[in-house]
Amino acid sequence: MQKAPYTFSFAPGLARLVSFLSLGALALALGAGCKKKAEPSAEGGSPNGAHKQSIQNIGSDTMVNLAQAWAEEYAKVDPAISVEVSGGGSGVGIAALINKTADIANASRKLEPEEEQKAKASTGQTPSEFVVGFDGLAVYVNKSNPIDSISLEELSDIYREGGKLTKWSDLGVKAIPGARSDDIIRVSRQNNSGSYQYFRETVVGKKADFKAGSLDMNGSKDVVEQVAKTPGAIGYSGLGYATPDVKILKVSKTKGQPGVLPSIATVHDKSYPISRPLFMYTPGAPPPAVKKYLDWIMSDAGQKIVEKTGYVPLPK
Amino acid sequence: MDQQAMNLPPAPVAGTRPLSVSTGSPRGPRRSRAAVLGESVLEWVIRLCGISAIFFVFGIFFFVLREGVGFLFGGLNLGEFFFSTEWYPTSLSHVRYGVLALIVGTFSVTGLAMLIAVPFGLGAAIFVSEFCNDRLREGLKIVIELLAAIPSVVWGFIGISVMNPLIQEVFHVPVGLNVLNGALLLALMSVPIMVSIGEDALKAVPDSFREASLAMGATRWQTVRRVLLPAAKNGLLAAILLGVGRAVGETMAVLMATGHAVNIPKSPFDPVRTLTATIAAELGEASVGSPHYQVLFIIGILLFTITFAVNLVADLVVKGTAKG
Repeated sequence: MQKAPYTFSFAPGLARLVSFLSLGALALALGAGCKKKAEPSAEGGSPNGAHKQSIQNIGSDTMVNLAQAWAEEYAKVDPAISVEVSGGGSGVGIAALINKTADIANASRKLEPEEEQKAKASTGQTPSEFVVGFDGLAVYVNKSNPIDSISLEELSDIYREGGKLTKWSDLGVKAIPGARSDDIIRVSRQNNSGSYQYFRETVVGKKADFKAGSLDMNGSKDVVEQVAKTPGAIGYSGLGYATPDVKILKVSKTKGQPGVLPSIATVHDKSYPISRPLFMYTPGAPPPAVKKYLDWIMSDAGQKIVEKTGYVPLPK
Repeated sequence: MDQQAMNLPPAPVAGTRPLSVSTGSPRGPRRSRAAVLGESVLEWVIRLCGISAIFFVFGIFFFVLREGVGFLFGGLNLGEFFFSTEWYPTSLSHVRYGVLALIVGTFSVTGLAMLIAVPFGLGAAIFVSEFCNDRLREGLKIVIELLAAIPSVVWGFIGISVMNPLIQEVFHVPVGLNVLNGALLLALMSVPIMVSIGEDALKAVPDSFREASLAMGATRWQTVRRVLLPAAKNGLLAAILLGVGRAVGETMAVLMATGHAVNIPKSPFDPVRTLTATIAAELGEASVGSPHYQVLFIIGILLFTITFAVNLVADLVVKGTAKG
């Protein structure tokens, strides 16, 4: 009882000590935090080998609706497996494959050699590639635009840095009802989306760049919506995103040739010039559950869904 | 007299106390050791919470700097970075990291937003603080706080679906996603901050100022203009600057509403792209550690510096109020 006052006088000193210790601990925790954070990017994430009947399916925004539709349908086929789909882009999916957080990566482009090397270094296996369908990159204009065919050269001149086409009248379009100017309003995608890279490669030019000043949308659907809302606009996006408010243009390889509308038949016979395969990648040879899922995707039942969501199924 | 009577006989009152207390000190019930320790622990936990903010700020700055510093001092052409409008981070033939158009984009949207927001924000602050009755004031404050609580992605959605066609229609312009669209959204988002801080600043002016002014025969408006505004000047300036900080840092709404086009605007109806929106749109797919990724972090450092400068100025201005 007599000592009680001492605890009072001690308290500030003790508390100061405690505070110093806890500050030190916090600093240590922060320090440890940054070290830990630095390494996984090179080594890969936590070892999550134990999947409880769940398949992580990450990647391409172009494919996210399709992947979701597959996952929902497959839940009825095999209720023991749940397929969890998320988007973010082909790059995100491949990064997840490298970090071992994805069982299947969706990509609307081929794996780059550099990425394959990284995946090999991280997982110790060569990634397996599966073609699961096709995508036609359609060229959209506003419904009120009278134009109905365009050539790859013209598209390139519209979108390429240094390209000369900037006015609709240069394309022979006299007046677009509702448009406030003759300017071609270019709608594009952010510079690391799969669609952007694919359009650059096949239309703008392999070594060329996009003209600055295009409206760079953040998703495939946004492109179509923006074209629908802007009478003077032109844009490119997946065939599956077409709505009644926009018009899909026929595309010809060179000026003067008859244009081809993107469709299942024209993608398969390769007469439509802007189409591409859609890929799924697994870290190595797929484990049985994943293999079963991929087999189902490539079966008639799975391919029917490809068609339903507006993409192009594999040839039979 | 009654009180005296109560105080006079202390002994009987003490006698009615429980026995256990009589063994304690004469100063009253003693606190237990656990309570004393508990209180000091709690005090230090709270102190730590306060200090932790400093840690977080420096921690965030450290991480952002660490991700970008390698390229900042090893490879990035700072002349190109600040003075070129060519932003081609993923080009296959010629990679260019010029952010001039993005800086101009950020400041054009913010500047126009402030032109719209400052009169509205300060006007509303003056009205709420000086001219409206108590019931209306409470109602208005609730509504204004509600305005501040709307998530920025919802603002962006309004920008795309409501303002986009509206601007095309009203101003007869070809594109509805432009500087004006973003600025209107940012103005709506920063007005609530200006109103609440501006109102506090006006409230802080002593009532004696108002009373003296009115006693001299000034009207309410003269009182506001000649007495209250000069007296609350610093606080109001701080309110504006915090609004600016909010506008510069806003991401989602401007990403959706400005059209996201790398472009030096020639009019409020041109689409632009801001620094924040560029980070948001591109960081997700830039591969970790690549030059593109690092440049995005350098843009983060630039933004951090801008908002830090704005907040610092706001802070110094507020300090000025305290002194004055």
